[in-house]
Amino acid sequence: MFTRYAALSAFSAFLLASPVSAEQLFWGIQAEQLEWRSGEGSEAFAWDADAFVGTDELKVVWRSEAEYATGPSSFETLENQLRLQVPVSTFFDAVAGVRYDSPDEGPHRTYGVLGLHGLAKQWFEVDADLYLSEYPSARFEVEYEGLITNRVIFTPSIELDIPLVDDEATSRAAFGPKLEVGGRLSYDLLDRAIAPYVGVHWERTFGKSGRLVRAEGEDDDVVSLVVGFRLMF
Amino acid sequence: MTIGLLRRAFLLGAGLAAALSGAATAGEYSLTVDPVTVDTGAFTRSGIGYNGATPGPVLRFREGEDVTIRVTNNLSEPTSIHWHGLILPFEQDGVPGISYEGIAPGETFTYRFPIVQSGTYWFHSHTGFQEPDGAYGAIVIEPTKREPFRYDREYVVQLTDAHPHSGNRIMRNLKMMPDYYNRKQRTLFDFLRDTREQGFDAALSDRSAWGDMRMMPTDIEDLQGFTPLMNGKSSAQNWTGLFTPGERIRLRFINSSAMTYFDIRIPGLKMTVVQADGNNVLPVPVDEFRIAVAETYDILVQPKEDTPFAIFAESMGRTSSVRGTLATAEGQKGDIPDLRKPPLLTMADMGMAHEGMDHGAMSMAGGTHTMPDGSAMKGMDHSKMAMPVGAHTMPDGSTMKGMDHSTMDMGTSDPFYAPGSGLMPTAANGGKFLSYNDLRTQKPLYPHREATREIELRLTGNMERYMWSINGIKYADAEPIRLQYGERVRFKFVNETMMTHPMHLHGMWSILDTGKGKWNPVKHVVSVAPGTTLFMETEVDAPGQWAFHCHLSYHADSGMFRKVIVEGGPEGKAAALPVKTEG
Repeated sequence: MFTRYAALSAFSAFLLASPVSAEQLFWGIQAEQLEWRSGEGSEAFAWDADAFVGTDELKVVWRSEAEYATGPSSFETLENQLRLQVPVSTFFDAVAGVRYDSPDEGPHRTYGVLGLHGLAKQWFEVDADLYLSEYPSARFEVEYEGLITNRVIFTPSIELDIPLVDDEATSRAAFGPKLEVGGRLSYDLLDRAIAPYVGVHWERTFGKSGRLVRAEGEDDDVVSLVVGFRLMF
Repeated sequence: MTIGLLRRAFLLGAGLAAALSGAATAGEYSLTVDPVTVDTGAFTRSGIGYNGATPGPVLRFREGEDVTIRVTNNLSEPTSIHWHGLILPFEQDGVPGISYEGIAPGETFTYRFPIVQSGTYWFHSHTGFQEPDGAYGAIVIEPTKREPFRYDREYVVQLTDAHPHSGNRIMRNLKMMPDYYNRKQRTLFDFLRDTREQGFDAALSDRSAWGDMRMMPTDIEDLQGFTPLMNGKSSAQNWTGLFTPGERIRLRFINSSAMTYFDIRIPGLKMTVVQADGNNVLPVPVDEFRIAVAETYDILVQPKEDTPFAIFAESMGRTSSVRGTLATAEGQKGDIPDLRKPPLLTMADMGMAHEGMDHGAMSMAGGTHTMPDGSAMKGMDHSKMAMPVGAHTMPDGSTMKGMDHSTMDMGTSDPFYAPGSGLMPTAANGGKFLSYNDLRTQKPLYPHREATREIELRLTGNMERYMWSINGIKYADAEPIRLQYGERVRFKFVNETMMTHPMHLHGMWSILDTGKGKWNPVKHVVSVAPGTTLFMETEVDAPGQWAFHCHLSYHADSGMFRKVIVEGGPEGKAAALPVKTEG
């Protein structure tokens, strides 16, 4: 927790010291996923959301990703990140920050974050992050908004998480990746603020990580139907 | 002697008449800045107006008078009023942070300045997003001399683009997601249609060319979802101007929109353009004209039949329109034409035509598609090119080498758009569409002379971040542009963005170079189309500091803005510049 506060206060200090006092501050809240996942023997509520405040030159972003299972009610995953974003090219920002994982079961972990966030050619939204700690990992996310019409939007997404060392307490083994593939069909109901969607979400854990997951008595290959809302304010 | 006496008697008489006719308000005006309700029929929202209404009143001045305008701020936030296009001392120009401090809540600020010009202008707040929120009104200045045209009736036709969202919210949404308001993006169905019409490979390579740049050919209006208003009224609310058949009517068009260019026509009537940005031009008969944000055009029409005529203004991106009516009786409604098909930007608008004018890289307006590198078009036989568009003179003329004009259809070309531009305007009835190239001043305001120096201003931006700038630098980070009193500066605008930018210099005239020398039109806004270079010259004759910016509200606010400082000047006239922090 301490690192998060440190980063926040460092950011506010930077803002106050910023030479361009006229710089406008913008903010926004987005939930790409806010959904109910119904899979083989597992029901869960999940979100992937972020909020930002900042200027053209610097943004502070809070990103949260979680899966809250309803079997025995508990956070299977709960990640919070505080990220600073600075433009490094026309379409990409460099990211630095901290990530704190606090699932209900298993150890809590803190990571440093280094990454890139931006828009690749052909309109692919890309996140590439390196999570640094004694259990480092890398993550690559791609998302695409396919316009069926200007309001009916199909959004395929891929997330690949690759542990770089063994971390048996979290059922992860070096280079045993976890893959999440999704396809969500949404309808912009109210501006771009609220867009209900339905879709499919597939999670698969490979290699030794998969064996660790199975050893815990869980499934390393889960397909879920999802129903949810995309939000933007 | 007798003539002198007569003239003096006449002047005295005229002065007396003027004093009598305007006895109540002779040179004295009052405006209050008020919270108001905007009701477009489509939506109702709170906004800002003058004297309790938006648009505010039409201020009628007389050339030669000294006006005193008391502005009382009834808002709970600071405000300001800028007199758009008026030549006046810089302290009276109404730009907070440049001319003065602005007007605090509850405060009354008194503007005093002489009226040294005539024509159609407007006024608006220069604070935050008060202007998009409704803070604008019209200015009509009667000339001292007889005008070179006659009319029996006149109406101000002020166009605006009321949006259900407040300006602050719009700006925030655009920063969060630059295509937030673009609901005309190309979809799967467009792709399927293009595949059917052009083949799969062509449709795919076109998508991939745009995707490669991460730009959209539909990106013509940053801000859709507005309701265009004519004198504060939507199509359904139908602003009406009455006439008697046979009368000549002068319509003073003002585009007070935050973001929207309009194409204007009056089906069934030929329009004669007589004034642009307040200055008389040689009359040009047209069927349709495009009005950039913040421009004004005065036109004459003479409807002879006893029937209503629609004044129809269609947004440049064809997402919306407004109809008003010239009617012989209240309650009549002109027919509303259908919106035309939305245009698509082409690679020419992306500036591809800039580099040595490689025609292979041009995309024809007809919709055949080219690769951004132009390679797919090599070996094209120019003589067989169908050029529905095809302006082939850049204003600087430099990119014309080796062109074979004989094969071109110059019928509907406008040299103020990139050759092959998707924005090239055409008249709905196939007739004459006004071009900057048609504008010739009636009476040059300045003797023609060589510019003393040239200043290049590249209009730049990053659409994905919704950042706008000049020479790649935002206003917040930029040094002011320093001009010397007495020089004649030639501004070279190079539009490197995909948007059209109406550039507005405060305090001094913008002499638009249309290649007509001393007859070049004298304006206060020059619109620079994507992928083009445009020149304007300014006689630097107004000491002080001035604003210079793109008049699209959200472009200006996000940084396409400069402070201009005019140094020096005649004794006593030189401005005592405030010693304040810049920016």
